[in-house]
Amino acid sequence: MTQSSSGAQPLRQSSLRDRIDMYVVAARQAIIEQLQYRLANMMFMVHVLIEPVIYLVVWSTVARAQGGEIGGYTAAQFAGYYIIWTLVRQFNLTLGPHNFNWRIKEGRLAAELLRPVHPIQVDLGYYLGFKVPQTLYWLPMGILLWLLFKPEINPEWWQVLAFPFVLILAFFVRFCFMWVLGLVCFWTEKIDALFELYFAAELLFSGRLVPLELMPAWTQSIANFLPFQWTFYFPIEVLLGRVSPVDLGWGVLAQVAWVVGGYSLIMLVWKQAIKRFTAVGG
Amino acid sequence: MIRGLKLFGLFSRISILNELQYRANFFLQLFQSSLSLATGLIVIGVVFSYTPTLGGWTQAELLAIYGVFYLLGGILGTIIIPNMWVFMEDVREGRLDFTLTKPEDAQLLISVRQFAVWRLVEVVLGIVVLAVAVAQIGLQASWWLAFAFGATLLMGVVMLYSVMLMSSTLAFWFTRVWELMEMLQSIYQAGRWPVGIYPEWLRMGLTYLIPVAFAVTIPAEALTGRLTPETLLGTLAFTVALAFVSRKVWFFGLKHYTGASA
Repeated sequence: MTQSSSGAQPLRQSSLRDRIDMYVVAARQAIIEQLQYRLANMMFMVHVLIEPVIYLVVWSTVARAQGGEIGGYTAAQFAGYYIIWTLVRQFNLTLGPHNFNWRIKEGRLAAELLRPVHPIQVDLGYYLGFKVPQTLYWLPMGILLWLLFKPEINPEWWQVLAFPFVLILAFFVRFCFMWVLGLVCFWTEKIDALFELYFAAELLFSGRLVPLELMPAWTQSIANFLPFQWTFYFPIEVLLGRVSPVDLGWGVLAQVAWVVGGYSLIMLVWKQAIKRFTAVGG
Repeated sequence: MIRGLKLFGLFSRISILNELQYRANFFLQLFQSSLSLATGLIVIGVVFSYTPTLGGWTQAELLAIYGVFYLLGGILGTIIIPNMWVFMEDVREGRLDFTLTKPEDAQLLISVRQFAVWRLVEVVLGIVVLAVAVAQIGLQASWWLAFAFGATLLMGVVMLYSVMLMSSTLAFWFTRVWELMEMLQSIYQAGRWPVGIYPEWLRMGLTYLIPVAFAVTIPAEALTGRLTPETLLGTLAFTVALAFVSRKVWFFGLKHYTGASA
């Protein structure tokens, strides 16, 4: 109270600390919330796992039919690819279109705007915390898939070390772009079609469907100009042990560049979006 | 039966009239459905660029599976899922009381109230894919083929409905069951591919436990001339059993409904 009269100085000094405290609180809230709904979360996990299991079955069937290998992947390596896929998916999972729509429609955003931090900061803390229960729920499923499909992965020690960083960066990239899409809700309620477009592009250009080098050449050249492959294909390949040290370095740089680009885009669109926001009550 | 169909017709008409006010939604749905159809076709194209057959199915035959998958998915999205959603919400909010007090079979009522007319786009697209597949395969049209396909498709619808009804009935015990519906819808995605390619444990699950992939594969088998009369009879028996069990489960669940207003 007494500090408020002495200007902004003391506030600024503690702002980093406050910021970190805020992340921790948001993260803890996510963890506590999610640990309550164990059954629902397990069902959600099955919902998430079905997709890669289908791809895994299809591609290992093809690999076996073609004499054990296609495009440098054996059936066991496909298994490795899609099991790591499930872990990467847990990490790049972030808030979806309906969350944004709900927030604006119900006027929740009005309250969030009153806080002295940008709503994206709270989201960031929340979704980082969300990774803790998500990883816990993933563990038994990951082990089960491992036993069922007997994958083959052979990473070097430095690839294992790099994996967590690459994983978090993958989350940041996807988080940024989903937020940009979410901002479109300020203009229209009907964003399902837009998200459908995003997910279709992601499926084809990210390695979500199949390791990118198995896609047609035109897909791969387009993929180089898009952020998608840095959220699926790249982290998976790192832990599979198929990325050279040089490519790892370039990959991390690309991830950082996409995060910076995505974040700048958010800030740019946000300025316009927030002008359109009106809320009653809230 | 006739009465049920009449009720279905009446409710559908109201829903359709209501939806017709929002014509832009039709174009959005058309865009979304075409997009997901195209993505699915690209996926099939990529798979078959590496192999001539998948689990004994050629590309044209797999297209038939995809057509059935899309068609049945459209029926799920038009009638079955919207009704189940509203029913589960009703249980949660205690509004089911209003349905239970009506002088008509409650299972029938909760199953026919909604009709998401624009999702019929998927049914149409599925039929188009099926037509292309049939032309590519070059099948001899025969009465047996048409009958087997029609019959198994109908059985597929009944199977999907029974599974969805049983799962929704869980709402009587656990109020938050949308994750379950999401899970079932993603399991349905397994039906894009012939059920035979899945490993034994998964195939058993997708055939007997949650027969979603089964519901898609059998009509496609009929269309590609793989269906034997024995399988047809077996499927019929299984469908009848499933419908019967789901009705029992429904009544059992109903006993646990406590209501909110009373």
